[in-house]
Amino acid sequence: LNTVYGLHLGYFTGGAELLFNGTKEQHVKLPSQSEQWDVRQLLVWIKTNLLKERPELFIQGDTVRPGILVLINEADWELMGQLDYKLEDRDNIVFISTLHGG
Amino acid sequence: MCQVEEDYKDEALQRTAALSVGQKCMKCKEGCAVVVIRVGDAFCKSCFRDYFVHKFRAMLGKTRLIFPGEKVLLALSGGSTSSSMLCQVQEGLSREASKKLRFSPGIVHIDEGAVCGRSAEERQETLMQLEAIFQASGFPYHIVYLEEVFKLPNSILQSVSSSPTSHGQNYKEAVDDFLQKQREALIDVEQRLTVEDERNVTHSEQIEAKFDQLSTSTAVSEENSATILSETSPSGKWPFTLEQTEAVKELFSSVKTLTAKEELLQTLRHHLILHTARNKEYSKIMMGDSCTRLAVKLLTNISLGRGASLAVDTGFSDNRYGDIMILRPMREYSSKEIAFYNKLFEVPTVFTPALDTKASDKASIHRLTESFVNKLQTDFPSTVSTVYRTSEKLNTACSDINSGVEQTDKCLLCLCIMDTKVEEASAFQATLISEKLSCKQSPDQMPVNKVSEQSCCDNQAEEKGKCCSTNSGACHPPVSNTTTDFLTLLCYSCRLTVKDMVSLSLLPQYVLSEAERRKRRAQVREQIQEFLLPPEDESDENY
Repeated sequence: LNTVYGLHLGYFTGGAELLFNGTKEQHVKLPSQSEQWDVRQLLVWIKTNLLKERPELFIQGDTVRPGILVLINEADWELMGQLDYKLEDRDNIVFISTLHGG
Repeated sequence: MCQVEEDYKDEALQRTAALSVGQKCMKCKEGCAVVVIRVGDAFCKSCFRDYFVHKFRAMLGKTRLIFPGEKVLLALSGGSTSSSMLCQVQEGLSREASKKLRFSPGIVHIDEGAVCGRSAEERQETLMQLEAIFQASGFPYHIVYLEEVFKLPNSILQSVSSSPTSHGQNYKEAVDDFLQKQREALIDVEQRLTVEDERNVTHSEQIEAKFDQLSTSTAVSEENSATILSETSPSGKWPFTLEQTEAVKELFSSVKTLTAKEELLQTLRHHLILHTARNKEYSKIMMGDSCTRLAVKLLTNISLGRGASLAVDTGFSDNRYGDIMILRPMREYSSKEIAFYNKLFEVPTVFTPALDTKASDKASIHRLTESFVNKLQTDFPSTVSTVYRTSEKLNTACSDINSGVEQTDKCLLCLCIMDTKVEEASAFQATLISEKLSCKQSPDQMPVNKVSEQSCCDNQAEEKGKCCSTNSGACHPPVSNTTTDFLTLLCYSCRLTVKDMVSLSLLPQYVLSEAERRKRRAQVREQIQEFLLPPEDESDENY
């Protein structure tokens, strides 16, 4: 598989957008790789490529910081296999912070 | 029985096998699940909506605290929980007559931009977004600025237990009162309507809705004239001066820890909301505290030494102010439910940076507790509900005696019943003593005076006059003593907050002058007690 993924990332509300330079949403293209991308890899990619400051406020360990919700195509990622979810082209991923002050 | 077993099996299955894509809703068994609320409870979009809406109405229904026609002030920060609360109120008011919520809401927003490091332009922008939401709701709204704490009257800190409020009377009377008022207002607003029309129930509700719409426009203009107390406003639209912005900034920068800043901000915010509610004649305030937030608050407050006020700080209803009651109708929603509801049903929210935005996990007790709870929650999904259920069971034994409690027995800042009048052999007294002993800078005479005062007062009446007058004389000049006096007016937790401040003089005037007033009262009372054997108040003035 050598697909290039076009993803729609939304940082919606709650202050998660602050860590991305105030960007509320953006379209990204993931580089192609031999195997299918999963959310775990996506998070690593976001950390190295998109996070502007204080990565620990968004990612802790290999997952998102507790209190940040992830929606994949408008549905709870708990229904989608969380980190193991295999990304498809044009998936819509949204991060919502439920933490006080973002 | 069979069903129970079946359910159990299902649940066990869901627990072990990972939740799968395309799972069906546990309620309707048809729709595609989009959100997992508790472990294994997956809901589809429409069932989730029903569940969410029902919970709000059920909460208000079972508590029976909001009278029909009552004016309720919604405290809106623009954050997810309060925005969601606004949405639920709107939903409830838009229902058909039989299911309609019957109170009349207003909105208050406290702009805290000054202490959250925001420029005037940024604040303006946020406020514009918020105003758009408020206007769309059609409710009257009030925007209050943190700077306005400098214009608050002393009375905000005085409990109003002496004047029993209208809601102490029976339900029928309250309703009649309201209808009467509404009639008068309506006649003012819309001349064409006659009183007969309003007697008709369905009509009156239509009118109510109309009235709400009409009152928005009046409220906005009223807002501008009524709350602007200062004559000079630099930009022409802010109801405060640049000096006040600086003063509030200075006040907060004089606070040494983020924990104390959070507490102070919360106190001032509550005073402003309370003031708005009193000014605009609201009798209830709704706060958007979610279940997750309350669980965090419960543990935070225990750590802050607010154990004595836990019940009022986290319960559904909070009657510490006497005349105005605070309600927390969102307390059964987890922050996850709220976030999903807002996202799925496009509830507008406005994010405003708070004091602790981008702060690290260990920046304050609040922050640390929040991250503790959230981390625990990911591994043990019942954490929040367990803590929350605990808070539900808490009760203040003396909440009903509230009206009988003397003013001086309430904390000057948080207005909770004082927790500092405890017996000698307590951890609190021990802390005070060791604090006195280890405090280098405080003059020695302070504790000595206290001791001598006590011993002589127990002995003879004649000597008391002497020692007490010298004592009060000694009390005034040194600064540290003023601080000590001030501290005695506070509950344990507020003392800790104030101790983190560099100087008391930066506090808003209403706090300082009320402190002064209480101090004088206490002094007078002391003198009275010493000189008069029978506790009769009338004859005391002769002294």
